[in-house]
Amino acid sequence: MSEVEDRVRKIVVEHLGVEEDKVVESASFIDDLGADSLDTVELVMAFEEEFGIEIPDDAAETIQTFGDAVKFIKGAL
Amino acid sequence: MFDLTGKTALVTGASGGIGGAVASALHAAGATVGLSGTRVEPLEALAKELGERAHVLPCNLSDAEAVTALPKQAVEAMGSLDILVNNAGITRDNIFMRMSEEEWASVLEVNLTSTMRLCKGAIRGMMKARWGRIVNITSVVGATGNPGQANYAASKAGVVGMSKSIAYEVASRGITVNCVAPGFIATAMTDKLNDDQKGAILGQIPAGRMGEAEEIAAAVLYLSSKEAAYVTGATLHVNGGMAML
Repeated sequence: MSEVEDRVRKIVVEHLGVEEDKVVESASFIDDLGADSLDTVELVMAFEEEFGIEIPDDAAETIQTFGDAVKFIKGAL
Repeated sequence: MFDLTGKTALVTGASGGIGGAVASALHAAGATVGLSGTRVEPLEALAKELGERAHVLPCNLSDAEAVTALPKQAVEAMGSLDILVNNAGITRDNIFMRMSEEEWASVLEVNLTSTMRLCKGAIRGMMKARWGRIVNITSVVGATGNPGQANYAASKAGVVGMSKSIAYEVASRGITVNCVAPGFIATAMTDKLNDDQKGAILGQIPAGRMGEAEEIAAAVLYLSSKEAAYVTGATLHVNGGMAML
């Protein structure tokens, strides 16, 4: 398990209050993890801060699952 | 009565009569204030008068980049941004059939679009803080219409609809979004009216007088307070009974 995955998972668990083992690659923030649309905005803000990157709005809209987030962040680092 | 100690507030149009009164009222309640406007001199003068806890943040609201940068500058200067008062506005009056595209667009740009940009910039930090207050200054004209002010009335009605929509979206994060709609307020602008014009205006106002900028500021102070946490998406009309909405 990569370090990026761990850090992203920690943010998701803390923000959405879900069990760690639910946060799998294919887990959709909205459909599987109970996020509302504003939660997804806040998650993106938290990722930006944690990793010191900028995630533009059009890219943010493509980040639907935990796997999407990890992949985007790895690409941006 | 309302205590804003430890809170930070950005007020646009702080060089004007109403904006200056709003900034002074929030400051008197203990808030740190960021004074924004296009004219630096009156902002500096107000900051000097207020003393500590006052920062001058000049900004031209028709410059999109400058507007987007303003909430960040406010956070840099004050450490956070808890309260945003969108007070700045312009008029370009003309009867509708003679109103140019430019007169229309410039008023919408400053009054509506810059308000949208500032809200967006400010809400980021407010969401994280789980607390925020946005107060947009609109106008009685946005609700009643006014001949010669199709652009201005549209911009102010637009701000009301936008505020209600944002209020829905961010209510769960402890952020409220409200409007204060002044009627005729005694400012440098209304001082220029002659006695006949003033008489005609006063005839429409049950209170029989123009409002004071401080009376608008008091409404903004309330909506900025923790006591107003359950008020969101509302418009508080402060107009001496001129339009009872």
